[in-house]
Amino acid sequence: MADIVPSAEALLTTQPAKRPRNMGQIIRWLLLFLGGVLMVMPLAYMISTSLKWPHEVYNVNLIPEEPTLENYTFVLEDGRFYLWFLNSIIIATITTICNLLFDSLVGYTLCKFRFPGRQIVFIAILSTLMIPTEMLVIPWYLMSQAFGWLDSYWGIMFPGLMTAFGTFLMKQFFEGVPDDFIEAARIDGLNELQIWWTVAMPLVKPALAALAIFVFLGNWTAFLWPLIVTNSVDMYTIPVGLSGFGDEADVAWELIMTGAAISTIPTLVVFLIFQRFIIRGVVMAGLKG
Amino acid sequence: MANLALRNLTKSYGTTEVLHGITLDVADGEFVVFVGPSGCGKSTTLRMIAGLEETTSGIIEIGGREVNNLEPKERDIAMVFQNYAIYPHMSVKKNIAFGLRSSKMPKADKEKRIQEVAGILDMTDLLDRKPSQLSGGQRQRVAIGRAMVRDPAVFLFDEPLSNLDAQLRTQMRLEIKKLHQRVGNTIIFVTHDQVEAMTMADRIVIMKDGHIQQVGTPTEVFHKPANTFVARFIGAPSMNLLSGELDGTLVRLNADRQVRIPGVAAGGATNILLGVRPDDLHLDSANPILSGKVTLLEPLGAETLIYVDTPSGEIIAKADGRNPPQVGDAVQLGAAPENLHVFDSASGEALT
Repeated sequence: MADIVPSAEALLTTQPAKRPRNMGQIIRWLLLFLGGVLMVMPLAYMISTSLKWPHEVYNVNLIPEEPTLENYTFVLEDGRFYLWFLNSIIIATITTICNLLFDSLVGYTLCKFRFPGRQIVFIAILSTLMIPTEMLVIPWYLMSQAFGWLDSYWGIMFPGLMTAFGTFLMKQFFEGVPDDFIEAARIDGLNELQIWWTVAMPLVKPALAALAIFVFLGNWTAFLWPLIVTNSVDMYTIPVGLSGFGDEADVAWELIMTGAAISTIPTLVVFLIFQRFIIRGVVMAGLKG
Repeated sequence: MANLALRNLTKSYGTTEVLHGITLDVADGEFVVFVGPSGCGKSTTLRMIAGLEETTSGIIEIGGREVNNLEPKERDIAMVFQNYAIYPHMSVKKNIAFGLRSSKMPKADKEKRIQEVAGILDMTDLLDRKPSQLSGGQRQRVAIGRAMVRDPAVFLFDEPLSNLDAQLRTQMRLEIKKLHQRVGNTIIFVTHDQVEAMTMADRIVIMKDGHIQQVGTPTEVFHKPANTFVARFIGAPSMNLLSGELDGTLVRLNADRQVRIPGVAAGGATNILLGVRPDDLHLDSANPILSGKVTLLEPLGAETLIYVDTPSGEIIAKADGRNPPQVGDAVQLGAAPENLHVFDSASGEALT
C-alpha cells in the first residue's frame, strides 16, 4: 500500500515518492550484486586460471597477462580426460535415473499407503541422513570388495542409487498430490504401479527436476568415494582424474581448472533442461479453482 | 445399468463404529440422494460402495452380484469427486479417454464414445484444452464425462456441486437431472444440501450419526417426516416444534391452547412435540393454534418470513409478500389439522 498511496510530502513536491523506493531498491540491488559477485568469483577464477601459463597461476590477477588456450589443448589432447568425462557421464546419468525411480517409488509408497511399520521405515531411512559419508566409506568398501565391485561402475554407483534425502523430498511432494486423483485412477481401472507412473509422477515433475539436478551435480562432483573405490586410471571420474594432474612436487592448477571448466558444461546442460520443470507448478490445476 | 443393495452395512475405525447397519435397496435407474450433516456417514457409505473403503461387515450387491471383495475397477461403477479430480497434466479428451484405458473397446469405438459424451456434455470444442484453462463448471463436466464414458452400472457422486457458486450449482443440478433422464443409469448422489436432495432425487436417504433416519420420496420426507431430525433437516426454514401434552387425540400446548389431531397414534407418550411447517402456518386461519407478537420480518419477495414470539417460544411463519404484518403486530396463527405433525418428545419419533 505504501507504494500506491503517495505521502503528503510527495504530493507537495513535484517529484512523486520515488526517492525512498529508489533507495530501497539500490540497497536491494547492491546486496544482490554482492551475492552475485560471491557466486561468480570462483567460476571467474576457474576460467581465468585455465587461461594462464603455469608461472602466473599463483598471481591473483583476474585477467591473465598472457592469455593462452594451451591448457585446453593439453587437456583435450590427453586421451584420459575423455575417458574420465565418459565415466562421469555414465555414472551421474545412471545414478540420477535410478534415484528418480527408486526415491519416488519409495516416497510414494511411504506417503500413500498405510501399512504396519510405515513410520518406522520412514524414520530408519531418514536416520541415515545423520551418518556422515566418511563413516560409511569403510563398510561400502568392504561390501564392494565382497561383491567384487572394486574398480567398477557398480562399485562407484551403488551407494548412491537411492538416497534418503531424495526419498524424503519425494514423499513430501507426494503429500501434495490429493488422494482423490489416486482414488479416481483406481476406479478408472489402473493398478497401483500404473497410478504411480501415469498419475502421480507427472504431478511431481518439479520435484523430480529438482532431485535430478541435485543428484546429477552430487555425483558429477563426487570425489571421496570414487577416489577410494577406483584403482585404475581408466575408471577415474573427472574430479578424481583432475586431482591427479601435476606431479608430487607441484599441482598443475591451470590444468585442473581447465578440466573443471570443461566439466561444468554437462551440469549447465542438465540445469537448463530441468529448470523449466521446476518453475511449472501443475498439481493444483485439476482441482477446484 | 443395475440395481444396488446394501445389507446391514457397518464400518468401524478401530473400536469406533461410524456406520451402524445400513440397509437399502436401490432400483435399477433410480436416482437416490444421501443427505445429512457432516460426519453422518453418507460419504463413507458411498466410498464403501465404490470400494475405496473396506466394509467392516455387511454385504454390498451391484446388479445382484456381491462386490465386497472386488476392486473398485471390477465393480462397474464410476465416481465423480467433490474436487473433480481431473488429471491436470492431461487434456480434456485424455481425461475422458482415461476412463476407457482398461476397456478392450476398439480404438474407433472409443473415439466415437468420447465424441458422444463430449456432445452430451456440450464440451466438443473444449476437448483439446487443459483443465487449467477451464472454469469450475466445465471442470465438473469433464469429471462427469470421465465417469459417463464407461457407461457404468452405477454412478456415484460425492458432493460434486459443493465447490461451485450458487448460480452454477443450480445450473449443474439441472444438468445432472437431465443427464439422468437421458442416460437412465442408477445414481447415488451424496450431498449435505437438502435443496439439492429435494430437487434431484427419486428417493432421499436421510442419515445422522451413522444411522438411516428415513428413506422416502422428496414429498414423503417433507410431508411425513419420520422423526424430529428429519422434520428439522428437510425444509427451509425448518419445521417449528412446539412442546405440548397429548391426551388421546388432543394436543395441549402452553397457554391452554389445544388442538385435535385426528391421525395421531393413540396410547403413545404424553409429552410430545407438535410440528408445523412455516408454509402451513397461516394468519387468521380457521383453526388457530397460536397467538403472539411479530418480532422480525424477512422479506423474500413473493413471501415474507415472520418471526412470532408466542407462549410456546419463537416460531416462524410465512406471510404474503405484498401485504405482511408489521413488527409489533399481534397475530393469530393456525394450520389445517392434517398439516400438523406429532412427535414423541423423548424419542423424537413421529406419532402421526
